Amino acid sequence: MSDTDKGVAVRARGLVKNYGMTRALDGVDLEIPTGQVLGLLGPNGAGKTTTVRILTTLLRPDSGEAEVAGHDVLTDPDGVRRSIGLSGQYAAVDENLTGFENLYLVARLYGQRKAQARRRSRELLARFRLDEAADRPAKGYSGGMRRRLDLAGALVGSPSVVVLDEPTTGLDPRGRIEMWEVIEQLVATGATVLLTTQYLEEADRLADSVVVIDRGKVIAEGTPDELKNQSGGERLELVVGSAEELPLAMRVLGEIGSGEPTVDGRARRVDVLVDTGTKALVEALRRLDAQNVVVQDAGLHRPTLDDVFLSLTGRGTGEEVPS
Amino acid sequence: MTSMTKVLSDSGVITWRNVVNVRRNPEWLLGATVFPIMFVLLFAYVFGGAIGGPGGGGLAYREFLIAGIFAQTVAFNSSYTVIGFANDLQKGIIDRFRSLPMSRFAVIVGRTTADQVLSVVVLVVLSVCGLAIGWRIRGSVVDAVLGYLMILLFAFALSWVGAYIGLITPSVEVANSAGLIWMFPLTFISSAFVPQESLPGVLRTIADWNPFTAAVNATRDLFGNVSPPGWPEPSGWPAENAALYAIISSIAIIAIFAPLATARYRRVASK
Repeated sequence: MSDTDKGVAVRARGLVKNYGMTRALDGVDLEIPTGQVLGLLGPNGAGKTTTVRILTTLLRPDSGEAEVAGHDVLTDPDGVRRSIGLSGQYAAVDENLTGFENLYLVARLYGQRKAQARRRSRELLARFRLDEAADRPAKGYSGGMRRRLDLAGALVGSPSVVVLDEPTTGLDPRGRIEMWEVIEQLVATGATVLLTTQYLEEADRLADSVVVIDRGKVIAEGTPDELKNQSGGERLELVVGSAEELPLAMRVLGEIGSGEPTVDGRARRVDVLVDTGTKALVEALRRLDAQNVVVQDAGLHRPTLDDVFLSLTGRGTGEEVPS
Repeated sequence: MTSMTKVLSDSGVITWRNVVNVRRNPEWLLGATVFPIMFVLLFAYVFGGAIGGPGGGGLAYREFLIAGIFAQTVAFNSSYTVIGFANDLQKGIIDRFRSLPMSRFAVIVGRTTADQVLSVVVLVVLSVCGLAIGWRIRGSVVDAVLGYLMILLFAFALSWVGAYIGLITPSVEVANSAGLIWMFPLTFISSAFVPQESLPGVLRTIADWNPFTAAVNATRDLFGNVSPPGWPEPSGWPAENAALYAIISSIAIIAIFAPLATARYRRVASK
């Protein structure tokens, strides 16, 4: 990773791409510090895959510039290709080849010699728990196994930048968790990762920072925590023992919180937005305890990235962008 | 590695991958051989009597026919190239290749070369079938080998056309028919099954200059197979210089379609 300048592994400025009359990207900027994971988040059709295709030299932008591992995507695409590993949206696995042959093929195309390619392929198969199935055609692999094999293919060349385009789309929950574990291991080795996803939970779990794009534009960026705070911070929620205690609880929360408390009489529940997190929780419990109020349940609820997306775009992530 | 050795090494690796694909799918070979065997039998025994005419039916026509069937079969094999590329595009394998620091040209040459393996296997099966119905090689061994090479060169050239078609078709379904549809005029408006002299007007001119006719005539010559007695001998420059014309047109086809297919590959979008 010595070829990166000032510790930035991926840098894109003002990427624009039109498909006919449709503007797929409308001036996207990104920066990934070396060794970090950037989650590129957005609904279907937001421009995630177009961004990935430009950064991996599969597509030329109409305007804008991008550098990956110190190589310009337009003037030095082969330099970029030597430094990256791409695992696409659809597992690019040759199902007539065995798992081993798939990796050996990619290793040879990265320019590795036969013995080295063989060694590297076996090593990755073991690391991705595919060693038992290594010599069977990939045709018989499960969806999760194919994805792991595809990801292994992206790592064959020991790339300094790994690009994962929706690595868990279409996997069942078990396959998804397995994939997350594999990606976490990868991150632990110090690789820079660009990860696109429609799953906010996934970005939350894997990414150091998140860029939210919608309709070809960056609409928000920051760490997952920053984004959550942007959309209103945390809510403190309390359930008291009896309805008579509700007015008192409301008064206390009104003093501690940063907004008007809301109350649900039937559930004997009060909640309020807070800025100070656990401190506010402890303070609320201390004051209520001092007044002998019975608190049956208490908790801090952080907004999910789904809430963030909704507050940023005015619509949920599942809704298609009208074209 | 220097860039030339990298191109060769990449081409070898891609060829290996595609040959493994053929080996793991014996049903492709079955499809590729059963179809032409049916053609041999159909033309030899169903149409043969009528086409061969009173003087030349039967054995003489069958001997005339074989070079035509050989050439037609390997020409049809270019549709495997079309479908191969359409499949790789659809499955994202082309994206993977395009993101690798490898030769662009190698992806195509590796496919067009590997597809000739299929043609070689099919030619062996068809030769046995031809021998069984009375076809014989009448010339020297060297000429016979040259005859087979002539057919393979022409098949290789068509495979580049197939590569281009495979890379421009929007889906595997379209590729299925796009790979085959132009084969019918190409292989039937020719001397493969009938004397080209028998075709009417403009069709005859097309047949005379059809590179496929030249490939068939040259192969027929090299096998020492002659037209049935009483048939007009093909005339004109392409007929009299069949081998030369077939070689020139094969090279011309490659010279046109190799850069077209490679340029297309550079820009191709996944589906």
